[in-house]
Amino acid sequence: MTKVIIPTPLRRYTANQEALDLQGATIAEVLVQLTTQYSDLKKHLYTEEGALRNFVNVYLNDEDIRHLQKGETPVQATDIVSIVPSIAGGAHA
Amino acid sequence: MLNPDLDSITLTNEEYERYSRHLILPEVGLAGQKKLKAASVLCVGTGGLGSPLALYLAAAGIGRMGLVDFDVVDASNLQRQIIHGTSWIGKPKVASAQHRLLELNPFMQIDIHETALTSENALEIAKDYDLIIDGTDNFPTRYLVNDTCVLLGKPNVYGSIFRFEGQATVFNYEGGPCYRCLYPEPPPPGLVPSCAEGGVLGILPGVIGVIQATEAVKIILGGATTLSGRLLLYDAWNMKFRELKLRKNPQCPLCGDHPTITELIDYQVFCGISDVEEQPTVAEATVQQLQERLAQGTIVLVDVRNPHEYEIAHIPGSVLVPLGDIESGPGVEQVRALAQGSELWVHCKSGMRSAKALAVLADKGIVGTNVKGGILAWAEQIDPSMPKY
Repeated sequence: MTKVIIPTPLRRYTANQEALDLQGATIAEVLVQLTTQYSDLKKHLYTEEGALRNFVNVYLNDEDIRHLQKGETPVQATDIVSIVPSIAGGAHA
Repeated sequence: MLNPDLDSITLTNEEYERYSRHLILPEVGLAGQKKLKAASVLCVGTGGLGSPLALYLAAAGIGRMGLVDFDVVDASNLQRQIIHGTSWIGKPKVASAQHRLLELNPFMQIDIHETALTSENALEIAKDYDLIIDGTDNFPTRYLVNDTCVLLGKPNVYGSIFRFEGQATVFNYEGGPCYRCLYPEPPPPGLVPSCAEGGVLGILPGVIGVIQATEAVKIILGGATTLSGRLLLYDAWNMKFRELKLRKNPQCPLCGDHPTITELIDYQVFCGISDVEEQPTVAEATVQQLQERLAQGTIVLVDVRNPHEYEIAHIPGSVLVPLGDIESGPGVEQVRALAQGSELWVHCKSGMRSAKALAVLADKGIVGTNVKGGILAWAEQIDPSMPKY
């Protein structure tokens, strides 16, 4: 099981869970598990074409997966996956 | 300026006394204090982030500070925007901030820019400062600040907040990444909940703003390790700091090897915000009409705010069905049952979430009327005894 940290703006789609333990050998597999379990999250992470959105970054420990093997990046049980969306602050979006 | 000719800068005896604790600190010392005095910093925004960072930078002895803000002080700002005071409610934030900063440190110069930062004025305003601090609260201005800094070759000290969580880093410094390297594009409007809906812990921007001030001072002093290349994440609720690696993107359209963005663009368009927004056409009514219809007993009024907002104040006779429940499904059937046989009217705090709810309901075949201005308009125009929040 790999720990996935859910950021505050997306917790409303994960029943307010801050972190989840998920199965998967790669980042993509872990995220599929996540969006299968919490389907409302899917449109916030992926475009309609299935690509990770440009304002959502995924990190394996402290490294951006864009600089690793993206979705194919292997994950170990001891790894921590973080989802970090861009946040702007107080104004009405 | 950064790296000034130190011999040309002198401190008065009052300044020696004021900056004593800096002067005896070897990493600052007389040379560092002179660098601070020679430096100029532009604070974009004098709100949650801008308040604490401007106060600390003024206290530290920054020679010249620019303040950009178009807004006026509102009572709801004072929970976190600590540079402003109660007697300044309704007055321009830049004037309020200037007054407070000069009271704190009369030895500095404050330039005020009472305007929104735009593609038309950003380069002109920012060119006269050594570094820029992003204390803004919206995506268009964040991309504008970033692009301005890259085009002018100035460091961008970044901070951002949401509810209990903050981010901070330094962009475009010593060959490091820019904001577009981190996030090439902003989220489309509506996909990410805004702070105005979600709220924010008042102390949070204090922590992030002070981190930004710290980074600004370190850039001016030189020699310290800045946050460039690292994204600091702060979770106030669990009191956790984490940091992530941030790399320059060689394909970045702004600061990469082959830039395609060479001038400022239209950031409203870039962020998907257009003036002629395709608002779903929902019927609207005023709070006066609402009062009349409620008295007649001919409508059912649904309040789509969150339960803790309902607890603060609610319109008598309204039924709470939070927007989140409507969006995720179960709320739709609840509203359908409520609206059986009577006309449906919907309200929220100011009218935005209720319009969103009506758009979702319309897709499910339920039509209703949106109450313009929400419960805030009700509190202002119908029941002045009701608290506004």
